[in-house]
Amino acid sequence: MVTQTIREALRDAMAEEMRRDADVFVMGEEVAEYQGAYKVTQGLLQEFGAKRVIDTPITEHGFAGVGVGAAMTGLKPIVEFMTFNFAMQAIDQIINSAAKTLYMSGGQMGCSIVFRGPNGAAARVAAQHSQDYSSWYSHIPGLKVVAPYSAADAKGLLKAAIRDPNPVIFLENEVLYGHTGEVPKLDDYVIPIGKARIVRSGSHVTIISWSNGMTYALKAADELAKDGIEAEVIDLRTLRPMDTETIVNSVKKTGRAVTVEEGWAQSGVGAEIAARIMENAFDYLDAPVARVSGKDVPMPYAANLEKLALPSAAEVVEAAKAICYR
Amino acid sequence: MAAPKKAAAGAAQDKTNGGSPPEFTREQELKALRDMLLIRRFEEKAGQLYGMGAIGGFCHLYIGQEAVVVGMQMALKQGDQVITGYRDHGHMLATGMDANGVMAELTGRRGGYSKGKGGSMHMFSKEKHFYGGHGIVGAQVSLGTGLAFANHYRGNDNVSVSYFGDGAANQGQVYESFNMAELWKLPVIYVIENNRYAMGTAVSRASAQQDFSKRGASFNIPGKQVDGMDVRAVKAAAEEAAAWCRAGKGPFILEMQTYRYRGHSMSDPAKYRTREEVEKVRHDQDPIEQVRNRLLAAKVSEQDLKAIDAEVRDIVNASADFAQHDPEPDAAELWTDVYR
Ligand SMILES: Cc1ncc(C[n+]2csc(CCOP(=O)(O)OP(=O)(O)O)c2C)c(N)n1
Ligand SMILES: [Mg+2]
Repeated sequence: MVTQTIREALRDAMAEEMRRDADVFVMGEEVAEYQGAYKVTQGLLQEFGAKRVIDTPITEHGFAGVGVGAAMTGLKPIVEFMTFNFAMQAIDQIINSAAKTLYMSGGQMGCSIVFRGPNGAAARVAAQHSQDYSSWYSHIPGLKVVAPYSAADAKGLLKAAIRDPNPVIFLENEVLYGHTGEVPKLDDYVIPIGKARIVRSGSHVTIISWSNGMTYALKAADELAKDGIEAEVIDLRTLRPMDTETIVNSVKKTGRAVTVEEGWAQSGVGAEIAARIMENAFDYLDAPVARVSGKDVPMPYAANLEKLALPSAAEVVEAAKAICYR
Repeated sequence: MAAPKKAAAGAAQDKTNGGSPPEFTREQELKALRDMLLIRRFEEKAGQLYGMGAIGGFCHLYIGQEAVVVGMQMALKQGDQVITGYRDHGHMLATGMDANGVMAELTGRRGGYSKGKGGSMHMFSKEKHFYGGHGIVGAQVSLGTGLAFANHYRGNDNVSVSYFGDGAANQGQVYESFNMAELWKLPVIYVIENNRYAMGTAVSRASAQQDFSKRGASFNIPGKQVDGMDVRAVKAAAEEAAAWCRAGKGPFILEMQTYRYRGHSMSDPAKYRTREEVEKVRHDQDPIEQVRNRLLAAKVSEQDLKAIDAEVRDIVNASADFAQHDPEPDAAELWTDVYR
């Protein structure tokens, strides 16, 4: 094991894949000379040169389309968005071109491409720079959507995403970039897309989250344990395809579930999880599924309001206790 | 139609063929005639099948514009990529895609290029380097720039030809693409098919700069206005543009001045132009008649021309027959090709 920040784990994943496959390249704003707006591409220009680490103009719609076009010929672009907020400019190319072409071509022409970058709320940057797009992308057949929480998962899943023959949305989180974790020291550490992980086992209630939502989920589980409630915590890691089996098996055991997400509740991933639990484990439920989410407002700037707008461990504890009737 | 003007942007000032375009050899004339006729007869048949209800949804015919894609294709070489919007049947036939597969896609059958899942606007052929077939106006311009990026990345000397309309030329991503293509010297020929209308909107009502060859001027991309009704002019311009791209000088813009005879799609009442306007272009400038008249003047026999007509009609009739008898896709196809 090596102790690494998530930022380093992501960088290593890209560097390893670029070493093994000359068709892999990185493009985006400030990824080369500047070493990445959040320093995720640190050192890549020095190792791979300007042909494979490409600074683009500020032109999200255009360079997303260029990436997809290149991918249609068999290249494997990693397209970095400075943040996913700016990918709204490019969402037509992501959905209409990247996600649908394989189907529209009867399987003839797909594209192996990764769109990655920080998603969700950063600190004190207000509404236009703080949105969670998890549910937006997870809505789309043809896309895979990955959102890791730990450093090891960040590395193993990014390597898998780069190798995947389909378009993959890889949602990182700015708040987590500096977090450290243990990453297996293997020549080729790849984690399959589509598998959730039980991070903590318990028998009273299942808490389901991903990405930075796991911060609240794990803290809440600690708190709940003090009151004798053993929570099972699931890190989804992949939002599409969603690992329904792991969720359902856990809920069959605990009879209770809380979802935790930074995004808005309406049409959110939590709503989807709740529906799947109802469809697959209704008879096992001892209480309704509870959702903890971002509040239904644009992200405010003021420190106190921002805190209120985001989910918290206390809200997760409260929700879990409520459905445990405690 | 306005007489084609000479080259616009500085770098493209055309010094070689300012007057009438270079003559074709007899073989070239015959090939151009045959390829344009195939498109026209195919489109006429598609229009009939649409009227009979065998084709659904949107169906945009290319009739009138045949010289553009056929002339461009005559200047390309193996491995050059082609990408366009939804008015794409002509481009597919010109790249050598099989008429049966295209027609069967129009009727939504399993033998269609996309197994019936793409329809008129969404077909592809890896083998023929045809990259679609795109329904979002302007999207193909960024994608086509990406095809050129791939050529550049791989260090081959292929070019990508990205076709789009006068209407599409007002999309933002077109200019994002122009900027990157010139910045990175990507080998892409942007072919603006100016058929004077975007649906019902005349160019003059939508475009501040109506000389589309100048649309790359602020990026230093050379451009040229071309008589898109004269297949010889198209081929000559295409050769110049392709040579520019292959020499590593970056992108080139060709404004093809052309005209569509039919409505925007099959459901267009065409209230935005007069019947006289359409008739005049047909009568004075028809791309196929131009070639036929030259061939007759050069003493090619009516019989030889009839043989070409017959060959083309056979292909088209066979495709219509296939497209109406081929079964619909199996219900299980609903779930395939979402992921690979
Ligand atoms: C982004 C987008 N906006 C609108 C449309 C609807 N639409 C389809 S074709 C068209 C006109 C385009 O005209 P032009 O680019 O001149 O091409 P032409 O049809 O003349 O070949 C419009 C508005 C669309 N398909 N995509
Ligand atoms: Mg037009």
